[in-house]
Amino acid sequence: MTGFGHNSEDEAEGRIEALAEMMARLPGLGPRSARRAVLHMLQRRDLLMTPLADAMHDVAAAARECVQCGNLSTAETCAICREERRANGEICVVEDVASLWAMERAGAFRGRYHVLGGLLSALDNVGPDDLRIPRLRGRIADEGVREVILALPATVDGQTTAHYVADAVEGSATVSTLAQGVPVGGELDYLDDGTIGAALRARRSL
Amino acid sequence: MIEWREEGVLLSARPHGEAHSIAEALTVGHGRVAGLVHGGQSRKKAAMMQPGTQLDLSFRARSEDALGTLSAEPMRSRAHLMGERRPLAALNAATALLRFALPEGEAHPRLYRATMRLLDGLGDAGWELGYLEWEVLLLEEAGFALDLSRCAVTGATDGLAFVSPKTGRAVTEAGAGGYAGRLLPLPPVLRGGDGGPAEVAEGLRVTGHFLARSLGAALGRQLPEARARLLDALERDGRP
Repeated sequence: MTGFGHNSEDEAEGRIEALAEMMARLPGLGPRSARRAVLHMLQRRDLLMTPLADAMHDVAAAARECVQCGNLSTAETCAICREERRANGEICVVEDVASLWAMERAGAFRGRYHVLGGLLSALDNVGPDDLRIPRLRGRIADEGVREVILALPATVDGQTTAHYVADAVEGSATVSTLAQGVPVGGELDYLDDGTIGAALRARRSL
Repeated sequence: MIEWREEGVLLSARPHGEAHSIAEALTVGHGRVAGLVHGGQSRKKAAMMQPGTQLDLSFRARSEDALGTLSAEPMRSRAHLMGERRPLAALNAATALLRFALPEGEAHPRLYRATMRLLDGLGDAGWELGYLEWEVLLLEEAGFALDLSRCAVTGATDGLAFVSPKTGRAVTEAGAGGYAGRLLPLPPVLRGGDGGPAEVAEGLRVTGHFLARSLGAALGRQLPEARARLLDALERDGRP
């Protein structure tokens, strides 16, 4: 018996409950799905739970921001920045690591990245000093960058940030931005009028 | 149960949990309102949840004090402004100032209509002057109207050259006497004159003084940074 009237079985159940509660804080998981995930792991303790715990422990200890681009890495410089072939004179500026991963998934860009670490936001009082814009200027000079590609969200905050970054690097490299318009598989009937307008303005001859 | 439906313009949307948003909008009859938008972070609603979008809003709340829910249907997108640096900066400044200056639930129909005219005209020729006039009206609606019609000292209506930084009233050269150095210069654009970005920026320095000194001090808040960025953009474009 513990000092508060619980026996060791209660204590063990309490720890499982605490694990489920922590899991429920993860994006995409609620209390019920967290419990299912915990049960699933407990049923595959050696195959899944222990290796997962080890991997989480390792990554928690080793993960850090790449000193060059701000990507997440377990080394001082990330694999993308270490790869010489990717020093092709192009830098793609993204909001966060999730955007970088999305670009990499697409496999369409072969240059290097620069993670701003957020967007200018009137609502959250995020100003230019909170973003990695001075470091971008330094990289343009140090790495002989010819083109800066702004891959920022098509939102008011995203495009406000894009204009700010474009001004900040003006004269040191060509600045381009991702096109906006009809998505692959998109039907006009289902698109909002802002997207249709942007697509029409960005039309090209065939 | 409180229920109403009317048109409004979205001022901001903040994530609430993983799927929903807390939105703030300006409406003609209910002023600035906030409410929970179910599924506000969904892809389907992403385009609609951008500041400046004109919405058909339905509001429901259990009581005056409870956070209500807002259902919204898009009416007019202002996404075309995203590609234009200065008009986008003006959209940001206007929506941020409305959140900064207006209390919740206080109707300002004149300011609402002026805001619609401003947002619809952003990017058109001379929109910068329209923005300055809108800030002057915002000060007036917030209870800090400028009086630039006559000299506070002499009563003269000609030769107005300064604004008193304390009262917001115009002063002539003669009326200023030895105090001219302590007064703000009165730019011609604030007296109905014409002007480009540089002249409008001069006018915004005057309205900015009163927004910060009068309104900001009363509210105990700093002016939103979005306004400083607009001023900076206009000054950059106004440089020879």
